[in-house]
Amino acid sequence: MSRNIPVRVRLALALAVIAACLAVYAVGALAAELSFPTLTGRVVDVAGLLTPDQRHALEVKLKAHEDKTSDQVVVATVPNLQGTTIEDYANRLFRAWRLGQAKTNNGVLLLVAPQERKVRIEVGYGLEGALTDAQSRTITASAITPRFKTGDWFGGLDAGVDGILAILSRDAQEWQRAPQPKDDAADPMQVAIFVILLLIVVVVAWRMARLGNRGGRGGRGGGIVILPGPGSGGWGGGFSDGGFGGSSGGFDGGFSGGGGSSGGGGASDGW
Amino acid sequence: MTTLTAGAQRQPSAARLLGLFSIVLVAIGLSGCGAINRVPTLQEQAKSSWSEVQNQYQRRADLIPNLVETVKGYAQQEKDVLIGVTEARAKASSVKVDASTVSDPQKFKEYQDAQNQLSGALGRLLVTVEKYPDLKSNQNFLALQSQLEGTENRIAVARRDYITAVQAYNTEVRTIPGRWIAAFLYPDAKPMETFTATPNADRPPNVKF
Repeated sequence: MSRNIPVRVRLALALAVIAACLAVYAVGALAAELSFPTLTGRVVDVAGLLTPDQRHALEVKLKAHEDKTSDQVVVATVPNLQGTTIEDYANRLFRAWRLGQAKTNNGVLLLVAPQERKVRIEVGYGLEGALTDAQSRTITASAITPRFKTGDWFGGLDAGVDGILAILSRDAQEWQRAPQPKDDAADPMQVAIFVILLLIVVVVAWRMARLGNRGGRGGRGGGIVILPGPGSGGWGGGFSDGGFGGSSGGFDGGFSGGGGSSGGGGASDGW
Repeated sequence: MTTLTAGAQRQPSAARLLGLFSIVLVAIGLSGCGAINRVPTLQEQAKSSWSEVQNQYQRRADLIPNLVETVKGYAQQEKDVLIGVTEARAKASSVKVDASTVSDPQKFKEYQDAQNQLSGALGRLLVTVEKYPDLKSNQNFLALQSQLEGTENRIAVARRDYITAVQAYNTEVRTIPGRWIAAFLYPDAKPMETFTATPNADRPPNVKF
């Protein structure tokens, strides 16, 4: 019967199915039309506003705070905003870098665009209550922009970072936010599921092998077939998201986002 | 006896094996593409993005009475603008929103129009405020203004996330494997409405300090 369908039609059908499968990924790819710098550390100075010593001074402060509270505060300077608003750019950059821990979303991004003369404090979902829009605005208006006006980049960033860390530390004390355990250990549930699946596979394989040795009845024994899990990516999706990728600065000198996200909290300012 | 039954079963067992094999093959093929679960997964994502949009619009509506009160104290004569905002807020709040709103073009447009109208009224209020230096330096007003600005930005982000989620979902239910799967397994999975860009709707009203 299948021989009646012309090869061209079959080919077209197969292509249509593949195209449909790819369409979902294409939509995701289209959304990211801006290009972002790589997250090389807690201070990413692409615009070149700081000397190495100044950058190091900021990094030490930010790392000390993260070690204490697990809040990921990152400073970024970009040469320009690629034609979009600072709010839009900051939010997309925040999400691209996945700042903050995956479960608590406790990241903060201090973004400076010297060409557009704009600065923004973008606050992750989890810290919106601690570092409010009004507080962010106070920091940009009183600590950062007055110094930027005189060309004192380091002074502005340093005072801004101090302001952010002061508010976050006070909040951490008041709420007794204990230092969150680093999220680099595997989720026990995932490990358990993995072990159970592995056991099933082994048992089935063993049974099939035994039945095969008895001979003659190969067709009936191996009735259990394990299908890929419910995640959209088959086997891969369930395990790669968050569970193992959540380490933050766990390796020597390396630094990466912990999987947090932001919904546009914070404040912007210009000078 | 064993050889007899084995001989008798060989024929159907081979056919059954073939049937089982093809079912497994189809199932693996579909789940490899992620198609079976993708329709409801994307639908849930789009729905939760929609809740976030509603949530942020609600947050904006909650801020307005306070803002109007504060402005009133300094700019009594701007009655028209203040009434405009209050009315637009009342209208936006009166639009009923439920789960069916997203798949009903008319209801969706009504909701969007009401919110856009409120955005316009708020924009006018914030322009008017420029004339009152005392008000502009009022601490309470400054805090409200930064909250409002932050909320407008969150609305923009929530709308963007919703548009992306709906795009993925609509693509899935309108293209081939997803379309068939939706028709067979998820008859309630209808394409959702998305926001149309109105001029400056994606930007917060221009707030100057």
